[in-house]
This record gives sequence, C-alpha cells and structure tokens, in this order.
Amino acid sequence: MGSKSRRPEPVQVVKQRRDEALRSLVSGIPYMTWLGITFERRGDELTAILPYDEKLIGNPMIPALHGGVTAAFLESTALIELGWSMLWPGMESGDERASTTPAMPKTIDFTVDYLRAGLPRDAYARARVNRSGRRYASVHVEAWQDNRSRLYAQATGHFLMPAPDE
Amino acid sequence: MSDQRAQLARQFIEAIPHSRALGMSLVDIGDGEAAIEMPYDERFIGDPATGVISGGAVSALMDTCGGAAVMCHPRAPLGTATIDLRIDYMRAATPGQRIRAEATCYHITRSVAFVRAVALDDDVDRPVATATGTFTVEGA
Repeated sequence: MGSKSRRPEPVQVVKQRRDEALRSLVSGIPYMTWLGITFERRGDELTAILPYDEKLIGNPMIPALHGGVTAAFLESTALIELGWSMLWPGMESGDERASTTPAMPKTIDFTVDYLRAGLPRDAYARARVNRSGRRYASVHVEAWQDNRSRLYAQATGHFLMPAPDE
Repeated sequence: MSDQRAQLARQFIEAIPHSRALGMSLVDIGDGEAAIEMPYDERFIGDPATGVISGGAVSALMDTCGGAAVMCHPRAPLGTATIDLRIDYMRAATPGQRIRAEATCYHITRSVAFVRAVALDDDVDRPVATATGTFTVEGA
C-alpha cells in the first residue's frame, strides 16, 4: 500500500491493465489461437468462447463437434483460469513483475464428461479453481452452447503448479 | 477383420474434418484396435517456451483413436460417441516428433464400449500419456 492507494485508479487504466494481462496469457499459446478460442472478462470472471468453424467437426453426418475439440476447449479454459488466478493478486497489488506472464501449470490428468452432442454453433465455458495449493490444483469446467443451464460437457482436471522460482 | 470393414473404418476416420485439420493418419486398424499418428506441427504448440504440443491436441488424437477402435470392433456398432474420457499426462511429448496413439476396445456391451489408449513419441518405452474412456454403441 503506497500513496497511490489513496485515490482509486481511473477505471480505464484498471481495465487496460487487466485486459492486457489476459491477452498476453492467451495469445502466447498457438494451439488456442488455432482453435479460435477467445476470452471475455467481467472483473476477474472469465468466459471462454469457441466460435464455430467447420474444422472443429468430428461427425460430419450429424454434424457434431469433435470430442477432442471439446476436451481441448475445456482444458484450455481450465489452464487459462488457473494462470489468471495466479496472475491476479500481483496484478492488482500493482507489482510491476506481475505484468509478465507466469510459467504455466502442467496438466496431470483431465477427465471430460460428454453430456450432449456438441452442436455446430459457438460454445462457451467457465472454469472454477476448487483447490489451488503450492504444488497441485484441482479445476472444474462447465461448457454450454445455447442454454447456460444445459451443459454439453463438463470436466475436472488436476494440475502441477510451477515452482515459485520458475 | 474383413478388408471391406477396415476400408470403411479408414474412410470414416479420414473424413472427419477435425482429424484432417490436425493432420491425423490411420496407420493400423484391426478387430477393436486402432493406431493413428499426428505429425508435429507448430500450430498445435501448447507451451511456446519449450515447443511442446498442447495437451488438447493429444486429447483430440486419443479421442479419435478410441472412437476408431470402437468402430472396428467385431460387434460392429453403426456409430459411436464419447461418454467420458480421462487422460493422464505422464510427460511432455518431445518437440519435433510425431505422436502415435494406440487404442484398444477391450470390452463392449449392447450399450457401452470400454477403451484404453496410449500416446507415444519416438521413445516408445516411455508413454507420453494414457487414456481410459467409455463410448456409446449406436445402432442395431
């Protein structure tokens, strides 16, 4: 806490800093860019968006999204949420080093439940970090398409956190 | 497995848009078993610092290979969809090397197919990842 905590920062400065941190976190991962995944932010809440594309189809007959696309979408959402939650405290405290992207956690295991066929439409996902310790984290992800209450997939994953000095 | 069925399974898998986009090719298919390869591609990198392929791309490969193993099982489902898939990541795949998935449909009922799979790079004695999954059995 320094003298700058006396007056709230202008809202645009805050938004710009948060959006920039999120952008650098996401744009650093080529596979996410290739799939077309983007993130929307409300305060610290992130929503992942996977815009529909023909290359995401797994069953041309139905047609339905590829199960692997859904798995990748959910895993990406979990990883970014975890990275974001690591970044947030430093970023909000005004620590200059916090603006650099942290070393990312590594996936230990990831389990996807396919609840409904993925339709040829945009998909959305949100992740919740249920436990984030010094070494391990457990993250749950929910994905939906047209209706928030009708999930088309959910997943749980465990992640190995980067060593503090990495 | 009959040549005709193997040919059908091959056509089915190679017609999947997402598998094509990831450059997957079917290298082996038999009774309830399949092997599919995915070449190394910089677009599918998950960690730019090391050049390691994204876990998501490995998931897509395992899911495709698991589905292929179900489709070519002698009990011959007309179609299949993943119910659940768990992947354990044992180590990072070595950058520059293709990844090969091998899946076995080791049990099938009228409704459910049970699958085990493994992902390998050139160092075949040390798997990159393993997976277990259940798939639906569609049709007659």
